[in-house]
Amino acid sequence: MIALLVRDLRLAFRAGGGFGLGLAFFLIVTVMVPFSVGPNSDTLSLIAPGILWLGALLACLLSLDRLLALDWEDGSLDLLATAPLPLEGVLSIKALAHWLTTGLPLVLAAPVLGVLLNLPAGGYLWITLSLLIGTPALSVVGTFGAALTVGLKRGGLLLSLLVMPLYVPTLIFGAEVARRGASGMSVETPLLMLAGITLGTIALLPFASAAVLRVNLR
Amino acid sequence: MIAVRDLGVSRGGMPVLAGVQFALSSGEALVLRGPNGIGKTTLLRTLARLQPPLCGEILGDVDDIAYAAHADGLKLTLTVDENLAFWARVFGGGDPEAAIRAFDLASLRDRPAGGLSAGQKRRLSLARLMVTGRRLWILDEPTVSLDAASVQLFASTIRSHLAAGGAAIMATHIDLGIEGRVLDLAPFKAKLPAFDADDAGGFL
Amino acid sequence: MSIWEYANPKKFLRTSERVLPALWVAAGACIVGGLIWGFFFTPDDYRQGSTVKIIYLHVPAALMAINAWFMMLVASLIWVIRRHHVSALAAKAAAPVGVVMTLIALITGAIWGQPMWGTWWAWDPRLTSFLVLFLFYLGYIALWEAIDNPDTAADLTSILCLVGSVFAVLSRYAVNFWNQGLHQGASLSLDKEENVADVFAFPLYACMAGFGLLFVALVLYRTGTEIRARRMSALIARERMMDA
Repeated sequence: MIALLVRDLRLAFRAGGGFGLGLAFFLIVTVMVPFSVGPNSDTLSLIAPGILWLGALLACLLSLDRLLALDWEDGSLDLLATAPLPLEGVLSIKALAHWLTTGLPLVLAAPVLGVLLNLPAGGYLWITLSLLIGTPALSVVGTFGAALTVGLKRGGLLLSLLVMPLYVPTLIFGAEVARRGASGMSVETPLLMLAGITLGTIALLPFASAAVLRVNLR
Repeated sequence: MIAVRDLGVSRGGMPVLAGVQFALSSGEALVLRGPNGIGKTTLLRTLARLQPPLCGEILGDVDDIAYAAHADGLKLTLTVDENLAFWARVFGGGDPEAAIRAFDLASLRDRPAGGLSAGQKRRLSLARLMVTGRRLWILDEPTVSLDAASVQLFASTIRSHLAAGGAAIMATHIDLGIEGRVLDLAPFKAKLPAFDADDAGGFL
Repeated sequence: MSIWEYANPKKFLRTSERVLPALWVAAGACIVGGLIWGFFFTPDDYRQGSTVKIIYLHVPAALMAINAWFMMLVASLIWVIRRHHVSALAAKAAAPVGVVMTLIALITGAIWGQPMWGTWWAWDPRLTSFLVLFLFYLGYIALWEAIDNPDTAADLTSILCLVGSVFAVLSRYAVNFWNQGLHQGASLSLDKEENVADVFAFPLYACMAGFGLLFVALVLYRTGTEIRARRMSALIARERMMDA
């Protein structure tokens, strides 16, 4: 398992691995927002938590189609499926690697980009915390979507269509934490719900992902 | 080591082979023959438990099996050493050094797999079998893009694997000079599904 | 005689062809009767005026939009557990019906909302949930369309339906929490004081029954079409094998 994690991280960091693409995309989206809604700093600080969450979600989505497709194309997925690792474990590790290379950098970048959007002072802690708790769910749900569409040509667009509705609860509660935090309200309920969704998906969804991947491999 | 009884396999929902029957014990090799499209790859994937059989049963331990497909399964940005070390750790099996020696990869070990020729990649992916430590090798066209010398390397690896109590099932058209049985799949070609089969899944 | 006998495609076709005409007639009678009754023989609401009468389309469509997904969930479970092809095809057949029902509910809702709330659309929890449901339907249908092998498609879509159902329920609660909206409470319920008056309720029941029957008829009909399409592709594949 650890060998797989190390390999996936190494692949992501090597040339052509695409590490940092998600981060750059997050930056671009954030920069584009003031261009589209105007430079008024009050407006920006009002929508900053939501924009940061949406940007992180899109950046996550963007990198999903590489999550399993590369291993599928070169045949490693067949070999991993016949290896002594449970497929559920393989997919959990893949999701973890995806989170470490995509989700975690987004979490760390969010407060910096918050400055660009004039995020209120109280919001920095909560945007970081909500992304830290919420992005693992994005990776795990995304792994399910990637496993569903791995064998398909033109799977990328379909993947987005399938995964987006599944992201709704995470986005709502995550952005709610950031929004309430930024305006100084109590964040307890949405934070607990967010954590609950993340833990629930981590615990259960790999079984569904492994089931659909087995179907796709045969 | 593996026994197959009355096995039927399907590809894309249509049956391709039916009634396949054989048994293989350690030290034996089985070569599958048959024209393109007869279902060699499908049969091998079924034996490796990547897809469920249509009917019949496969006896034997899944944890004995190492499968090598058409695709090499290599990571092009990793070096030869790293590729082998990864599979060795995943399977917790054999010694990468022996595999590197057997397939004459020593001079390439620090090269990224992306810089290898097709034949060299193939050698690396066959070397992977040795580090799995598994006893039953299931090989799909293992000699594709190998030159004559490499085919000899491969044949001698198979021989020593068999001598050490292993077994191998392979689909190949090349005569490797290995003592082994040949199974021609042509007689097992599935019959056309009958009209008016009144079973629950029957659409005909 | 067990229900599973109808999992045989041919038996299903024979039986559904026998009951379909009656279903069409019953559905048509209920809907036409209910609508005429509702539109012309009920008084205007003292607050909402005649706009309230869109309820006879809105509520049944919304009801069937949810029930269609529920039916797909059950059919998917049957496919996953018992692997009856007809069940998978019934789930496939129900999805477009469900998506149209969702769309009708959304559009009639907007038409009703405009004079009542002064806006075509509000991010009210019920409206938002239906929009999310609509997206789930779209994804489900797109996945069916994208996969060539019918058994693979059935497996993948049924797991998507199971996972999607869990997330749909989660979304419903999330949306509720996110915005406590404008939408009136349930129009019909057994234990509530503020219910729709009987005079409005009876034509509504008729319309709901009609939409229910219409849904059943459409699903049976479309399942039959899917079975014939499967039969056709099986015949073509057989033909190809014969040539080879």
